[in-house]
Amino acid sequence: MIEFVNVNKWYGEHQCLHNINERVDRGEVVVVCGPSGSGKSTLIRTVNRLEPINSGSIRVDNADVNDRSASVNELRSRIGFVFQQFNLFPHLSVKDNIALAPMNVHRTPRVDAIEQAMKLLDKVGLRHKADAYPAQLSGGQQQRVAIARALAMKPPVMLFDEPTSALDPEMVGEVLQVMKQLANDGMTMICVTHEMGFAREVADRVWFIADGEVLERSKPAEFFSAPVHPRAQKFVSDIRS
Amino acid sequence: MLDILSDYWLLLLVGQFPQGPLGGIALTLVMSIAALLLAFPVAVAVAVARTSPIVWIRRAASIYVTAVRGIPLLLIIFWSFFVLPLVTGINSSASVTVVCALVVYEGAYLGEAIRAALDALPTGQTEASRSLGMSYWTTMMKVILPQALFNCLPSMMNQFVLIVKNTSLAYIIGSQEVTFSAHSINAQLLTKPFEVYFMLAGIYFVMCYSLSRIAKLVERRVERKRSGQLAVQGGRNSTLARASS
Repeated sequence: MIEFVNVNKWYGEHQCLHNINERVDRGEVVVVCGPSGSGKSTLIRTVNRLEPINSGSIRVDNADVNDRSASVNELRSRIGFVFQQFNLFPHLSVKDNIALAPMNVHRTPRVDAIEQAMKLLDKVGLRHKADAYPAQLSGGQQQRVAIARALAMKPPVMLFDEPTSALDPEMVGEVLQVMKQLANDGMTMICVTHEMGFAREVADRVWFIADGEVLERSKPAEFFSAPVHPRAQKFVSDIRS
Repeated sequence: MLDILSDYWLLLLVGQFPQGPLGGIALTLVMSIAALLLAFPVAVAVAVARTSPIVWIRRAASIYVTAVRGIPLLLIIFWSFFVLPLVTGINSSASVTVVCALVVYEGAYLGEAIRAALDALPTGQTEASRSLGMSYWTTMMKVILPQALFNCLPSMMNQFVLIVKNTSLAYIIGSQEVTFSAHSINAQLLTKPFEVYFMLAGIYFVMCYSLSRIAKLVERRVERKRSGQLAVQGGRNSTLARASS
């Protein structure tokens, strides 16, 4: 479904991704973790070309992400992306936030787009907030709307870039709940997150990244109980304490 | 002062109209509104060009802005007055000339005000929109400009007021707007320049003040709709949002 082949990326002199060779199969949930500045966010941002790469290739659903002849908009419409900072559109109501992309990219008529938005709001438990504006919602509610907004394009793949890191602790659960539900529905997901509970419960695999290299890839239970690489051992003991 | 007003109110209001061309306050208003309506789309285009991902568009817009900012408005008016007929082949009226000059001038200044608002929006807005598969133009029209234009209402207001006031320069090339009217009243009365020009100042003040009141109203309406929260993003905002909900 998603395939990294010899992916390298530099920021000037600094190499932030080293020879990434990984794959995610359909329906798989992969959790990416690692110390800050290790390249986790950069890695998933390369998947929908928010970040360009310097060499190698990334394929999503057998389409080369960096193929200049293919439409980047078409590619992105098939990859849902959820940001750490939610990035809802503050000038639009919740339901319009969700309906905007289907109306403008798929040319869905407004009535249908709104109807779909309401269904997605049901899914994330926020139907009663359809007419509210983002500023009237709590962080957790905003992130759930952001997930619904990404789902509105019916992407086969969802990417999550630290979706709970900007949230107050009491709101983390509601967002993870929605993500679990998505995973159980068979969505292919890559999640950058440090939520161990989430990783244990729903992830098929954990990738541990440090300095732009995938140092370890294992089942979550193995990773959190018996990490192999010394840096992974240190990381696991750090997030435990 | 009231006697001047009662003698000359018609001249101040519409100039020699209907015997002659439209003038006075009416012409000032027509020129202001025309300049405003024309300068606005030009300014938006300049602002978008200034932030364009394409280098040569960005550079062209930046040359235009830098050039206009370095030239006094009066010079642009003189140029339009002499050059416009040569280029178009039509001898346009003084008022049309001034409106053109104002559009060129304000296109740069208003454009910069809007560009500042475009730059000030969090990049997350563009990223979120593009990640959904929306194109550059859709993103611009549906996500970026609606927010940026609202956020820069106050600085746009400044420029709109300047447009109204700058129409007064038109009297130099013989447009019979309200400054011209006041000038000719003063020429007839000879002894009361203070009263006449004080009146003129009052007229400009009322026009500009009304304009800023209208803008305030619009601003408040939109703000109420969004419940007082602007383009503030993310977790930092969440405490505030909870407090208000």
